Amino acid sequence: MSMQMDEKQATPLIQLIDIKKIYQMGDTEVRANDGINLEIYEGEFVAIVGKSGSGKSTIMNIIGALDIPTSGQYILKGQDVSKMKGDALAEVRNRMIGFIFQQYNLLSKQNLLENVELPLLYAGVGKKQRRTQAMEALKLVGLEDKWRNYPNQLSGGQQQRGAVARALAGNPSLILADEPTGALDSKTSGDLLEFLKKLNEQGNTIVLITHDRNVAEQARRVVGLHDGKIIFDQSVEEYRKQVVV
Amino acid sequence: MKVSQAFKLAIRSIFGSKMRSFLTMLGMIIGVGSVITLIGLMNGATNYILDSFDDLGTNLINVNITNTDTRKVDVDEMYEFVEENRHLFQGVTPKISSRYTIKNGSTSMTTAVNGVGEDYLEINNLELSSGRFIQYADIKNRYNACVIGTYIVQELFDGKVSLGDTLKINGQLFEIVGIQEEKADSKENSADDCIYIPYSNAARLAGSTNISTYVIAANNADVVEQGEDILDHYLYGILKNEDLYYIMSMTELLDMINEMNTMMSSILGGIAGISLLVAGIGIMNIMLVSVVERTKEIGIRKAIGAKKKDIMRQFVIEATLISCLGGILGIIFGYFLTKLLGGALGLDAAPTMNSILMAFGISAAIGIGFGYMPANKAAKLNPIDALRSE
Repeated sequence: MSMQMDEKQATPLIQLIDIKKIYQMGDTEVRANDGINLEIYEGEFVAIVGKSGSGKSTIMNIIGALDIPTSGQYILKGQDVSKMKGDALAEVRNRMIGFIFQQYNLLSKQNLLENVELPLLYAGVGKKQRRTQAMEALKLVGLEDKWRNYPNQLSGGQQQRGAVARALAGNPSLILADEPTGALDSKTSGDLLEFLKKLNEQGNTIVLITHDRNVAEQARRVVGLHDGKIIFDQSVEEYRKQVVV
Repeated sequence: MKVSQAFKLAIRSIFGSKMRSFLTMLGMIIGVGSVITLIGLMNGATNYILDSFDDLGTNLINVNITNTDTRKVDVDEMYEFVEENRHLFQGVTPKISSRYTIKNGSTSMTTAVNGVGEDYLEINNLELSSGRFIQYADIKNRYNACVIGTYIVQELFDGKVSLGDTLKINGQLFEIVGIQEEKADSKENSADDCIYIPYSNAARLAGSTNISTYVIAANNADVVEQGEDILDHYLYGILKNEDLYYIMSMTELLDMINEMNTMMSSILGGIAGISLLVAGIGIMNIMLVSVVERTKEIGIRKAIGAKKKDIMRQFVIEATLISCLGGILGIIFGYFLTKLLGGALGLDAAPTMNSILMAFGISAAIGIGFGYMPANKAAKLNPIDALRSE
């Protein structure tokens, strides 16, 4: 598999080099990420798994350009994100990353279309173009006839699909999903994961953060985190064979 | 994000919670309304006072020549001077005032007897209820004609007098040719307690041929000062000594009144301005609450790529819009309140353009100023913490 990747793409989309994130909690030092090295190539579908406290949220914040590491380097599509600040990070998030959150995080006072338009709005895309792109994204998730609805008029699954549409609207380099099925029942969870798989097959790079083994198994590559360190990095086939501890 | 988008968001947010927006604006409405009302009423009061002074003759210049022995200005010269300066002056009249005993048969009293020229009536905006005023021919011929006030009519004639009746001033017989309209309820020592006679006769009564006092009417109150200057120049040219004459008008008094009113307006405006400040703090308070309430929203926006200035703009525009809306409602409220109170107080009060512009300007500035702090707080939120909040 990695051979196939090397052929396709010489430089990785995401390159994490010795990432450390250290919090000072009173007298004690908490090493949320303690020397993480990871490369993710375009077109991959990677699940990052770990229990709570393993550092998976921290690494997701760093990959998502919501936060910067204490030390180490994070190269996203050739750009060093690890030293960026406020607005530069916002720009990276806006142009390169599509977020899918556990709680959907749609704006309740805006209708679905406006929600999906939001990243385009902040990117400065013109009104007409914005509308077209947002409608296309909604069509992709099968919610084109619900564009006028407000989030509270939609089911959980529909809201999460709306959130996926929002993540896709800006045509990002990376889709970052943080426990996307956490608030969904198993049926809608399955549907959503199938949909993410489909998106990946269409060429989207997806990084999924989860604590759920069943969810992680839907990815093609699984990275395990424990105490801020990577404890395994394997294909999903190997992961499936791995004995549950 | 464009400003127009931020406006749309702000409008939606304001109308999304109408009650809260209205309560926030209420401070602004009352503040702006009271600034406009107080300044408008104060202006109405000033105009009222100035109008009252106009009746007393704000356009009049009094000239007093204190020593007429060595050098003198005679009446014809004075008339000529006024004639030459018609662009400033409307007319002139000599005025010789003394108190004399007047008699009707056995009834007698003492009153002010004014020797005046034929223009005196017009210059002082006086009216007659019957008869005529002193005329040029009376003056020329030293005809013993007199015009009497209503107090004299009551005291000396028991209210019953007709034109052609006579009375004695200092022993000389005068024919009553006119009666002045009642001006001050016929009270003693009021404008109704007086007699007008030709100045030539008055000079003779006083035993002097020189006229020492003149009243010159300027065309309006605004040219009084100019008139005083030119008059001063003229008199100095003749008398060669500024101690020999005295020129006086009400302009200084008027200036003082205007100054006082400006001061009062500032004080009242200032007090009302404090309520604007309080309104501003109210807006800031609501905006701060709003930032806390909307932390999650801000977090989502930031995660999706909103920059600091995008968030900043959204909140500042919202605060400014609230305060401007409040300002506009306040102006409307103030306008009607000014009219209402002005009507009740009998003042011709109207909100001044200046106070409207000032109040609106201040309310907009307060919106921006007090909106800035909460907006800055919102813009600085860490997206991770903001996302985690509920």
